Order: sequence, then structure tokens, then C-alpha cells
Amino acid sequence: MNVMAEPTITEDHRTIGGVQMEVQNITLRFGGVTAIRDTSFDIREGEIRAIIGPNGAGKTSMLNVINGFYHPQEGTITFKGEKRHDMRPHIAATQGIARTFQNVALFKGMTTLDNIMSGRSLKMKKNIFWQMLYEGPAKKEEIEHRKFVETIIDFLEIQHIRRTPVGKLPYGLQKRVELGRALAMEPELLLLDEPMAGMNVEEKEDMSRFIIDINEEFGTTIALIEHDMGVVMDLSDRVVVLDHGELIADGTPEDVQKNQDVIDAYLGVAHD
Amino acid sequence: MTDEIVLPDGLDTIPKLLDRNAREFGENAACREKEFGIWQSWTWSQARDEVEQLALGLIELGLKKGDHVAIIGNNRPHLYWAMVASQACRAIPVPLYQDSVAEEMAYVLKHCGARFAIVEDQEQVDKLLEMSGKTPNLKQIIYLDPRGLRKYDHTSMHPYTDVQKLGVDQADAIRGPKKPTLREELDRRKETAGGEDTCVILYTSGTTGRPKGVVLSNYNIIATAKTSSGFDHLSASDSVLAYLPMAWVGDFIFSIGQSYWTGFCVSCPESPETMHQDMREIGPTYFFAPPRFYEGLITSVAIRMEDASPLKRRMYRYFMDHARAVGGAILDGKSVGLWARIKYALGSVLIYGPLKNTLGISRVRVGYTAGEAIGPEIFEFYRSLGINLKQLYGQTEAAVFVTQQPDGEVRADTVGVPSPGVEIRINDDGEVFYRSPGVFQIYFKNKKSTAETKDKDGWVATGDAGFIEPSTGHLRIIDRAKDVGKMRDGSMFAPKYVENKLKFYPNILEAVVFGDGRDTCCAFINIDLTAVGNWAERNNIMYGSYQELAGHPQVMAMIQEHVEEVNESIARDEMLSGCQIHRFLVLHKQLDADDGELTRTQKVRRSTIEEKYGDLITALYDGSNTVFADTEVTYEDGRKGRISATLEIRDARVVSAKRMAAE
Repeated sequence: MNVMAEPTITEDHRTIGGVQMEVQNITLRFGGVTAIRDTSFDIREGEIRAIIGPNGAGKTSMLNVINGFYHPQEGTITFKGEKRHDMRPHIAATQGIARTFQNVALFKGMTTLDNIMSGRSLKMKKNIFWQMLYEGPAKKEEIEHRKFVETIIDFLEIQHIRRTPVGKLPYGLQKRVELGRALAMEPELLLLDEPMAGMNVEEKEDMSRFIIDINEEFGTTIALIEHDMGVVMDLSDRVVVLDHGELIADGTPEDVQKNQDVIDAYLGVAHD
Repeated sequence: MTDEIVLPDGLDTIPKLLDRNAREFGENAACREKEFGIWQSWTWSQARDEVEQLALGLIELGLKKGDHVAIIGNNRPHLYWAMVASQACRAIPVPLYQDSVAEEMAYVLKHCGARFAIVEDQEQVDKLLEMSGKTPNLKQIIYLDPRGLRKYDHTSMHPYTDVQKLGVDQADAIRGPKKPTLREELDRRKETAGGEDTCVILYTSGTTGRPKGVVLSNYNIIATAKTSSGFDHLSASDSVLAYLPMAWVGDFIFSIGQSYWTGFCVSCPESPETMHQDMREIGPTYFFAPPRFYEGLITSVAIRMEDASPLKRRMYRYFMDHARAVGGAILDGKSVGLWARIKYALGSVLIYGPLKNTLGISRVRVGYTAGEAIGPEIFEFYRSLGINLKQLYGQTEAAVFVTQQPDGEVRADTVGVPSPGVEIRINDDGEVFYRSPGVFQIYFKNKKSTAETKDKDGWVATGDAGFIEPSTGHLRIIDRAKDVGKMRDGSMFAPKYVENKLKFYPNILEAVVFGDGRDTCCAFINIDLTAVGNWAERNNIMYGSYQELAGHPQVMAMIQEHVEEVNESIARDEMLSGCQIHRFLVLHKQLDADDGELTRTQKVRRSTIEEKYGDLITALYDGSNTVFADTEVTYEDGRKGRISATLEIRDARVVSAKRMAAE
């Protein structure tokens, strides 16, 4: 069991704070199938935490548990020191957890700008009647939000597609827009489900750069699922390895790479 | 000696021009930049303050008179100010190409001995740090965009705004009994600077050998800005978009020289990718672009029109045909029939206006193209729309302008008359020489090249061969002087001139013409796979490979037609009528930089090709009808392979010079 860790400074001068999210003894079943079995780990403030494992290991399920979409049968989740009850994802969102999806989930007919603006909807305070009136307080509020969204567009270098419907964009850019929408929520914890899937080398490099910059500039904690081991080992501070719903290793990239169970899981040793 | 251009009192440096602009039209916009989706503007007085604050900070950081300051980044107002701030401190700005690799930058930084570098972002900082072992002189790096740089060692690195703040904070601090304050020091440096001081050093891209640092004085820049602004009647109400590399002399003249001289506003795009969108929003009135930019615009229009509804497509064709017929004449103010004018006016409302608006060129009053030859169709396309597109011929060594086309005397095949203050001379070999107020001082630390290029009377060799048309006084550039040769009968052989004519056909990607020291000219042709492939698809011609398409009889026939048309056009030219192509073949592979046949900038390497394809050249001249070719090719990953084919050689009809004369 992890205790509250002391803040530490990494080699590249980033501060990693205490535990932000703790997942304790989680078990998740779908009928007879156990997706996650008795798994515990923590995510510390300001770190980049990778979740890896072979296909079907329960990585996305774990993300869905963290984000409140699935409710585990057993175990507890503590976020920012508060034990969490079963809840809907939008509550997780108001608490500061944002995510992107394995298959891009954007509004295809809307522009990049509108998609990212939609990430601000939880922050909009004026009710629907003010918004229908538009002139006055609602307009003022919208301008404030637009300003914030423009800083994200600048940050992700997507000015040239500001007015392009996202359905027309290549996959790599759609992923970037989705990241932008998640950032628009000003999350404390950002969950990325395979941010590099289907990208070429150059796009992967760009995305890695953005992930590092988000972490450094905004101090956002990042938990990511990724299959590209090179990327995982380069980016992350600590790695959780799942296999068949169970945690088989947890530690720094170097430790994990040496771990015999991890090697077996990836090379496919027969399970008893 | 060239007529001295007299500059008004107290306006002999760029910082002094800035002060004047702040005084005389302080509230006008000096520059704009799109940031966070909104156009941000700075007035001339704000620009002056920004420059002053930065200059104070730079002095405080230890910038001395005569230091070199490297400026690296995309076009941004802050980097333009950095150049002027350096000048205010009597240091010399050296803008570098922002996309050069670290090694190339290191060479220039070391060569000029830059002590300061003012750069845009992390990308550039990383390159400088990577090369820090090779650039011992570089002491301070100042960056604009702090993103990703927070964790770097900041002992010799500063954010741009911090330097300005440092300058403001320390401006009036007392330094000791006899020592001047920062502000006094800056004022003293600004006042003592004069026209003969170096304004900027621009490194030429250097197709051969190492880049050379062209030293241009304040007088060179300001006198050129003055005469060229007068030539095109530029005024403070004009507007330009700064999107070409800051290290290129043209951008320096347009965005600093002419802008500071006349006081017009320079707008910087949000990012290189948004340039077209930003151009539409700004609507520049004075515009410069290389030919490939204009070609690109036409291609995008053509593709979009193919997808348009039949009615729109028909309207487009109808009115564009009409514009081609009379548009150029209307633009030149020549007499055109009333009915044609009415039709043209209708076309303006329905087609030309909306089209120009979409392209962002509605307000263009003066547009220039230069750098390489532009296809006559492309040139005419814009002119027929009523865009005053003109050609100029220039060089870094001349502070751009050597010749340019006056309004009303615009043609696709000349580069115009000498710019005001420029003298032109053609020597016996046909090489063009010029002398002007803009002629550079020296190549920095390179006496040998300086002496080779510029003689003691100030005449500069261009390295281009050309001639002045007796009837009009316009200069025509034929080719690079070193490529120009003689045919056996003594007439001039200019391969590039012929190749360019061939390349204007969309179906021909590349052409290589032989004939130096021979009786006749022959050519290799490369087809353009996109254009010819598209044509094949439309005409139901099946092909399995590039090689098969290139050898298809119908393709051969099409290329033959093009070659014969080119021959006809060359025959009209007395001096070059000997360069008509008698025989040609279509190559079975594309000429490629990976095989050493082209340079990395896609220029033909004549000697390599002559060596490699010696057997094909022999076949062209010995009268055979086919030739077997077997060539080694290098794939992108470095593996080698061979391609072999039997190529057909065709004779092209040539027009005898006599017959032309009789007509």
C-alpha cells in the first residue's frame, strides 16, 4: 500500500507532489467476466503516469473507472484526499478530470474552434435564458471563454484549422483537437487513451512534445495508456503494468523494463 | 560614377527613420500581427517605444558598437524591432534562415562572430545550444516565446520582455560621476550613426560553396527604398504582408527599408500555414511572391472550379476567356472596344471580383514576381484579372533592385528597364553588369569573392547572361552565364532559356538541352506524372508504370507537339534561333536528387547527366531511331536498382530562321 509520498524533484527539474489519486483494491466485473481484479496504485500530483499492458489487459476499463464511467464492485478511489462515491462522468469532469478517447470522439460537423469551446461548457455560469438573450452578460462570458480557447489553439499550433470542420481533418490533427477540448476544461488530471495510436513518427514526436509541454507549463497530472514502448519509456515518470486485469508491475520505466513478469506478459508465456 | 541619391538631413539610418515616423504619423499602424485569432496592432510611436526599450536592455546586457546580432525566426514584429534595436545600438543585425539546420547556422554565426542572438522560440534555442561548441563568440540568447524553455539554464539566456524591462528599469540609473546613463548612451549611439555604417549583413543562400555575407550600408538600403518607393508610388496608406524569410534581402527591403521610408504598415501572419487566410483578411496593396506561389494559387483555383456546379464552371470559362482576350489591354490602358469593356465589367461583378477576393488579392495595386522565370500563361492569368503583376530582376548584392517593369510596359519575357539610379552594361560574353546606389559594400571577411564580383568602379557582375532589347530598352535574361555556350556555327547556345520554355507546359516536368559546341540541339524530356497521368485517365489510356506512360506513343506525340511549338517560338528570336530542338527523347525515369542528377533545390546538374547518359546523347546525334538504356537508380532508403528500357527518339520539326524573316 502506498503511503502519502513526499514531494520530489525529478531530474528535469519538475516538482512531483503528493498523491492526487489513489486506486485501492479495485475489482470490476461485467457479469461473469472480471475485467480488473484487486488492483491498487496511485497517481501523484504533476507526474506523467503510464498504464501499459497487452491487449485486453483492462487498461481502458481502468481509465473508465477513474473517470467515473464504470463503477467497480469492490475497492475505493480517493481523489484529492476525498473518497469517491459512485458517480457520473460529468461529476468527475467538474472535479477536474478530463480525458481523450481511443477512437476520437469529436463533433465531426463542428469546427475545431467550436469543438474546443464545447470543452468550456461546464465552466459557463450563465443559464440558458441569458444565453438565448446573448447580448449582455452571456456575451461577456463567452468572450472570456473564447480568449482561453485561443490560448489553447496557440499552444497546440492549430491556428490554421480553427474554422475547419473536424471531420475533414486528418487523424493526427483530430487527436490534437481532442486534446485541446480536454485542455479547455483546465483539468488537474488528464487521462489520455492511446494518444499516439495510428500516428506516423513525426506526428508522434509532435504529440509527445505537447504532452511534455502540458505537463510542464500547466503542471497538469497526466495518466496515459500507450502501446508505443519508446514513447512510454521516454515520457513517463512511473509505469503501471496490467495483464489480464491484474497489476503485475509498478515502478519507474527502468524497473518495469527489467521485470520478468512484464517481459513474459509481452512475449506471451503460457498462463497456468 | 552613379548619380548620388541625396537623403534628407537626419534620415540616414533606420532608427532615425523610426523616430521621424513616430513624430509624423505616430498614431498610424506600423505593424500588425495575428495572435490568438485577433489582429494586434502597434502604432509607429508604440513601435518606437518597443525598439527603445529593447535597445536599452541590450546595451545593459553588454551589446557593443560593431557587434553582430543574429536574428532567427518567422516573420514577427518583435524580430523586426530586434533588428532596428540592434541598429540603434550601432550593432549589426544578421538575420538567418529560420529553417536552416544547426550546422548551417553555426557556420554563419561563427563567420560573423555574433555575440548576441535574438530568436523566436525553443526550436531555435535548441539549435543554438546544440552548436554552442562551435560558436564560442555567442554570449547571450534572447528568446520571444518562453514555451518549453522554463527549465533551461538561464545564465546567458533571457526572455525578450525581461530584456525590455531591464532596459526600462535601468534607463536613467546613475552609473558614476562621469559615466552616461543608459538612455544617454543610447541617444549618443543613435546620433553618431550615419549612412556609411553597415545596416545589415545578409547571407546569400549559396548554390555553390559556402554562403557569403553581403554587407549593405544604411545608404544602400535607404537610397534603394527611396527610389523604389518612388517608382511604384508607394505611400503610408499601402499595406504589405511579411511572409517571406526575414533573412532574404527582399523582405528586408519591403518590410523595413520601404516600410520605414514611406511609413506603410507591415502585417505578419499568425503562422506560416495560415498565410492565405491572413492575406485575405489583410488585403495587401503591395505584394511580392516567387512564381511558384502564383502557380500554386492558380492550381487551387483550377481544382476548385472542377468541383463547382456546371453553371459556375461555364461562367468561369466564358469570362476567363474574355479576360484573357482583353484584360491585359484594359490594365495597360490601351483602347478596347465598348462592348468588350461592358462584358469585362460584367465579368468583374460575376467572376473576377469574387475570385480576387477569395485569393486575397482584390486590393493588390502593385504585385511583383522574381527569382526565376514565370510561365507566360500564369503571368497573363493575373494580369487579365486586372492585377498589376510585374517582374523585377534583382540580387542581394544590389539591395534587390536591378531592373523592374514600369506600369504599362509589362511583358512575360523581359525583366524590365533599369530601376531608378541603376546603370546596366553587357560585356562581350553577354554577361550583365550593373552599378547603383544599392550596390553592396563587400562580402564580409571575403576579399577574394568581393574582388571577383565587384570592380573598382563599382560595377557588379551578375553571373547572368542577357541582352537589352534595342526597341524597348528592356533587359532580357537568358541564362546563367556559365551555362551559356556557343554552337559550332558560333551562334549563342542558352540551354536554360529553352528548358524554361519547355517546362512551362504542365506536362513537362524537367528538360535538359544539349548543343554546346555541336551543330544542332537535342533534348531529354521528363514528363510530369501528375499532369500526364491525369490526362491519361481522362483519355482512357492504360499504363502500368511511369516508364510505360513515358514511352506511350500518344504521350510521345503530345510532347512532340510541345517541342515544335517551342521551336516556333525560339525561331522568332534572332539571337537564339539556333537553339531549336532537332531531336528529343522522353526519359524512362525521373531525374532525381537521390541519383545526383538534380541538386537538392531541384536544379539540373548538367555535367552529371551528360556523363551518366552519354550513350543516349550519342544516339540523339547519330541518327538512330531507338536506343537501349539501362540506368542505375537509388531508392529513397539508399538501396540501388536498375531500370532498363528501349527509348524512342523522335525528330522535331524546326523552323528555319530565313522563313521566319520572310513572313
